[in-house]
Amino acid sequence: MANAKGGPAERRTSDRDAFARRVVGRPHRKVDAVAKVLGSTRFADDLALPRMLYTRLLRSPHPHARIVRIDTSRAAALAGVKAVLTGQDLPVAFGILPVSQDEHALAVDKVRYVGDPVAAVAATSEDIATAAVDLIDVEYELLTPITSLDDALRIHEPRIHDYAKHGNLQKVTDLEFGNVETGFAEADHIREDVFFYEGSTHLPMEQHAALAEWSPDGKLTVWASTQTPHYLHQRALARVLSVPASRIRVIACPNGGGFGGKSDPMNHEVVVAKLAMVTGRPVKITLTREEVFYCHRGRHPVLMWVKTGVKQDGAITAMHFKSLLDGGGYGSYGVASMYYTGALQTVTYQVPRYKFQGARAFTNKAPCGPKRGHGTPQPRFALEVQLDKIAEDLKLDPAEMRLRHIVPPQTLTANFLRVGSVGLGACIRKVVDGSGWTTKFRQLPHGRGVGLACSSYICGAGVPIYWNDMPQSGVQLKLDRGGGVTVFCGSTDIGQGSDDVLATIAAEMLGVDLPDVHVVTADTSLTPVDLGSYSSRVTLMTGNALVQAAERAREIVATYAAAKLEVPPHRLVFAGRRVFDGGNSERGVTFVEAVQLAEAAHGTVVTVGSYRTPTAAGRYRGAGVGPSPAYSYSTAVAEVDVDPDTGIVRVERIWIAHDVGQCINPVSVMGQVEGSVYMGLGEAVMEEMPYRDNRNLMHKIPSMLEYKSPTTLEMCDVVTYLVEDPDPNGPFGAKEVGQGPLLPVPPAVANAVYDAVGVRIDEVPITPEKVLRALKDKTKGGVPRFGPTRFPEVPWPEPIRVPPPWEGGDGSALGDAGRQRATAGEQPRTRRSDARQPAAAGRASPVSDREDST
Amino acid sequence: MARRRSEASGKAPLTLEVNGETVELAVTPQKTLLEILREDLGLTGTKHGCELGECGTCTVTLDGVPILSCLMLGLACEGKSVRTVEGMAHGAELHPLQRAFADLGAAQCGYCTPGIMLAAEALIAGNPSPTRDQIKDALSGNLCRCTGYIKIYEAVELAAAWMRGEEARPREESLYGER
Ligand code: FES
Ligand code: FES
Repeated sequence: MANAKGGPAERRTSDRDAFARRVVGRPHRKVDAVAKVLGSTRFADDLALPRMLYTRLLRSPHPHARIVRIDTSRAAALAGVKAVLTGQDLPVAFGILPVSQDEHALAVDKVRYVGDPVAAVAATSEDIATAAVDLIDVEYELLTPITSLDDALRIHEPRIHDYAKHGNLQKVTDLEFGNVETGFAEADHIREDVFFYEGSTHLPMEQHAALAEWSPDGKLTVWASTQTPHYLHQRALARVLSVPASRIRVIACPNGGGFGGKSDPMNHEVVVAKLAMVTGRPVKITLTREEVFYCHRGRHPVLMWVKTGVKQDGAITAMHFKSLLDGGGYGSYGVASMYYTGALQTVTYQVPRYKFQGARAFTNKAPCGPKRGHGTPQPRFALEVQLDKIAEDLKLDPAEMRLRHIVPPQTLTANFLRVGSVGLGACIRKVVDGSGWTTKFRQLPHGRGVGLACSSYICGAGVPIYWNDMPQSGVQLKLDRGGGVTVFCGSTDIGQGSDDVLATIAAEMLGVDLPDVHVVTADTSLTPVDLGSYSSRVTLMTGNALVQAAERAREIVATYAAAKLEVPPHRLVFAGRRVFDGGNSERGVTFVEAVQLAEAAHGTVVTVGSYRTPTAAGRYRGAGVGPSPAYSYSTAVAEVDVDPDTGIVRVERIWIAHDVGQCINPVSVMGQVEGSVYMGLGEAVMEEMPYRDNRNLMHKIPSMLEYKSPTTLEMCDVVTYLVEDPDPNGPFGAKEVGQGPLLPVPPAVANAVYDAVGVRIDEVPITPEKVLRALKDKTKGGVPRFGPTRFPEVPWPEPIRVPPPWEGGDGSALGDAGRQRATAGEQPRTRRSDARQPAAAGRASPVSDREDST
Repeated sequence: MARRRSEASGKAPLTLEVNGETVELAVTPQKTLLEILREDLGLTGTKHGCELGECGTCTVTLDGVPILSCLMLGLACEGKSVRTVEGMAHGAELHPLQRAFADLGAAQCGYCTPGIMLAAEALIAGNPSPTRDQIKDALSGNLCRCTGYIKIYEAVELAAAWMRGEEARPREESLYGER
């Protein structure tokens, strides 16, 4: 909207055959695929070392209690037990966000959820460790448990954490981009709706595991199933163990699925490291599935209220969005999750005035955190279902209405997010055509229906969690005199194919074959830092870092090959394992020869590349969440069959289009899209974290049987369209695909249920009971709807007022406007480099607000 | 939170055929086949996601029938023939299922993959041309959190075609999406 208003983003889907690329964009086996089908990939629990000890944790049976006394003497006396630890042995707090360093490896004085670890045993066998844990006596003083959002708002004492801003509210925010009241006054039609999105968990098939080895020369090595070896290394292990980071090596094993659930440094990882230091022997732990449920860090349950004003044609005049998140017992990424529930409303359809109020509460349940889509599936559900209602109110086709108001490419939004390429229009058209939308919508027989929804997601957080001047991603590239190419990068493959992205780009740029490329990743001693596999950042950031390293390597090699071939270096082409004159392909040398020429003249051929994100445009408190180098777009149409007698919703098929910018490996892209649709489907119709209400806040039964997830029998058909609208900030134009395609699925299903049987289920999961209740109300002449009806009073702070770009705003909050702006093209200079330093008091500036970033 | 019984005394002898080789072991009576494979035999290709019979990740075949190795006591397998993922490739040549899973990206994190391939192999052995619905039925006890199962079905269909001796290729739409 900062630029001239154009029609819907309409760009040609790139024709892959038009490119002379040999590897990028062409389907191939992932570099690690063969190891995976052979079963030879070494996951963390597959590792064993001589003299290894086994660890079990004692976990709290109470949701909220003070630890009065722990007696470990009986456990320590058991034959085979080598060490017992309690919270006193690991007193330093840690946590992924600088503002919520609220976790301990073992609870020090309080437990905050059922499953909170209290003590640990290392023994010569798992059986002995298990028996020893049962011999630890703990005396607890029970505290009032905070069971729900209502409790958290009502009960100020006891507080779950003393640092919470208001009683048991961890954080509240109020952001205003323009005057929404003016916008509502201009509207022809206004809707207010309340929605609830239930919490769910990642359920990776691999149970978390970690192995630690301590060497008497003062070095520590930890292997773990983690998505973020860098944070485990520097923010948890070095901090809690008081061992210099320079002496710690963290190796992230390939993860057997992550989905965000392995993004926090975890208690057990710190515990095994400490036990290795205490016993002098390697120490391992593999969590049981029950314990994986306690680790959680899953989707926040979120209550939402949305008020949207529109013109007759569906153009939004203003939007006011409130969200209240049930965070569970610890901070985790939660403050960022809270901001994410309000950040991306503006990047799909034009929103000229926007207000967001968000709050995160602590409750005595397993901590919530980042799950695929991190804080955005919930508001996306609310927004897209409400738009469906608005389209009906205005008698507009919901697809047509959305198409008219898409954010144009190269837009600076009301909340100062810089949007680059926008393939949303193409996505909508693909699924509308493919699904036969115009012949189905509002025309299928009773019990059958279709629904549509769109979404957008970030390609990496533009602002890192710990704000500093260093790159988010680094790559080192080594060219071997044998013609081999090795890529070293800190990124972690969690199944999404990040190793393959590196291999593919290296092979493409250096003109070698995929088997010539070796990838060394996720090892804090061997590889340059990459911040981790979260926020859909890896393809874009490691890809760009690698592009830079590969360009530098090509330059070195070309210099010496050019001298030998007597052609200008810029004419040289790297392809087919050769380096040759682009004008005369006969004139060339093999890649091996070229590397050897370079090595002889230049020395060992090693280059580096790094990537830093563009400076965020927003400068207000809270501006750290939302900026991204690029945004991906998706649209889904769901077709459902609803049985009016049982309320059972069967999703028959989902048509999904995703704007990925440019495929690096289409096979991986397809897999990410289908996997996202699957996970969205689970959240739409069945997945929820079930707690036994009023009774200890225990999980019902923390098991895969009790936690329903789609099997082959529930999974729907998926028809996928890949839209390639290259983004100037992506490597080869590539954007993310790992998370975005999940987002439109739950609202598309909810909209389809309405089309099928005429009831609104404003809450996920859409279970048969909810559908039946709504159908019953409909028959009785009541409101044909199931969902929350009120949003509670929240003690909102004074709003931070930021004029949008078209009202002359420069990204600063009013009152801050006189503040010095950072030099153009540079990050602001004043910033904390470490969380332990206190924030500058009383100054609202993006730099004292790292809490807002992830 | 205990998941295993505490140490039992005495071990008992056990003879198994594992991937065509006879192995002789002494194991404690409470040890599961899963633990024997992973811990005693070093065959870590067999994975676990729950050790409670709920996820199918630990699937191996016992005399050709898919079973959950986490629920099977080792001593109950006396004299039987066990097949794990390590037994699938023929020398350095991948099994058709392995090839198809690799080509189609049916193994993302790869954690559920060994169990799913063994369940699929047993299906194809009894039914060389399984329909999509028969594949879904046969794999309904195996959870996969990454793929949404779609590429898994396509890989099983492709491998079954290869195993019937047909010249088959992945569909264009499976690799690039619909046009
Ligand atoms: S490990 Fe889950 S069924 Fe055996
Ligand atoms: S490929 Fe990851 S669980 Fe199936």
